[in-house]
Amino acid sequence: MTATDPTARPAETVLELREVTRVHGRGEVAVHALRGVTLSVTAGELVAVMGPSGSGKSTLLNLAGGLDAPTSGEVVVEHVTLGGLSRRGLAAVRRRRVGYVFQDLNLLPSLTAAENVALPLELDGVRLRRTRAAALAALEEVGLAHLANRFPDEMSGGQQQRVAIARALVGDRRLILADEPTGALDSQTGEAVLKLMRARVDAGAAGVLVTHEARHAAWADRVVFLRDGSIVDTSGPLPTPESLLATTPGGPA
Amino acid sequence: MSVRYGLLALLERGARYGYQLRTEFERTTGGTWPLNIGQVYTTLARLERDGLVRALPENDGGQRPYEITADGRAELALWFASPIERGDRPRDELAIKLALALTTPGVDVHTVVQTQRSSAMRTLQELTRLKTASDDPQGTELAWRLVLESMIFQAEAEVRWLDHCESSLTRFSAPAGKSIVGHRGRRKSTVDSSEKDSTEHVWGQTR
Repeated sequence: MTATDPTARPAETVLELREVTRVHGRGEVAVHALRGVTLSVTAGELVAVMGPSGSGKSTLLNLAGGLDAPTSGEVVVEHVTLGGLSRRGLAAVRRRRVGYVFQDLNLLPSLTAAENVALPLELDGVRLRRTRAAALAALEEVGLAHLANRFPDEMSGGQQQRVAIARALVGDRRLILADEPTGALDSQTGEAVLKLMRARVDAGAAGVLVTHEARHAAWADRVVFLRDGSIVDTSGPLPTPESLLATTPGGPA
Repeated sequence: MSVRYGLLALLERGARYGYQLRTEFERTTGGTWPLNIGQVYTTLARLERDGLVRALPENDGGQRPYEITADGRAELALWFASPIERGDRPRDELAIKLALALTTPGVDVHTVVQTQRSSAMRTLQELTRLKTASDDPQGTELAWRLVLESMIFQAEAEVRWLDHCESSLTRFSAPAGKSIVGHRGRRKSTVDSSEKDSTEHVWGQTR
């Protein structure tokens, strides 16, 4: 793994899913959450994943972040194949390379905003003074430096979500994964969250945004549509008339 | 349609000649609605015929300005006061297209839905980029921003509506294992490039 200047190599692939399949259960009751998904996301690129519930969006994100392992296929984060890592190695990638923003914020109620943000670095053994500085910088980035010493329950929902974003951005994270990050936020606050994510991606990170809201997906450079665990389309060039009539009698379902 | 009212609205601000009207119209709509000069002159001729504008003497530069009449002003006020009829929106063509796709053999309605959704999504991405580019709008910028946001909401509504169409289609088709297009036993429609080989054949049937 090499530390790279994001501006020097803008087209570097940060996340790669190769023919990734995830099956839950076996035999009769097996559920195919993902079926052979191939997707790569480069530095400076924000990819949105859309699809109805149960289409595999969250599974895709969990696999991309090493929170779940594929049944077959490979997940590569910054040139490291996650499947080849030890449990400790995987945990290190998750702490150092990947930032997560989830629907439920997972902020620890007994820690202040700054402590919550610093947590991933602290777990990684970074010195306390440095984690504090990094946490403040991340809070600054989301416009909350002045609330660094507040506890989650002393902040509004929108502020808490920004703290969660700051935690995802803290340190040198090149892959930002977000699952419905705007959750129950009002449209203005939700937009602010997307703006932050967009800014970090524009500064050289790679981002994957899972959402069912078209207006949020619209912030992405590329929108991938999932259906029943497969990518059915990408908001790319216009399809040909042939692909519109691609109905095969008796063809594969 | 609204080119007519667009021109009336611009003339309400004062007399203008054709080229000015075109430039101002495009600026107001942020260039998303390009007009050709011919359209402007044809519309002006019709407005003049209907007594809504009046041609003034040519100026030194050989340009003929127009001014709005009292009738024109009344017409404009009425337009601003009335809601736009849903009837003449292009969306309806889409609804008709989907209805036809559903009943025309050989057409995969899921793909028609997805194609439209991708296109609406692309529009939405483009509009969002434009919107984020102008952060603190004022004056004309703000007017343009309003137009932009209206388009964003429309594109979003279209995507949502298509999502809704698709879930209805899935509900109808999936459990019974019947073909959506009412021909042969295709269980579920997905975009699959491996199916393109037989396109000729299927298309041939519908021709």
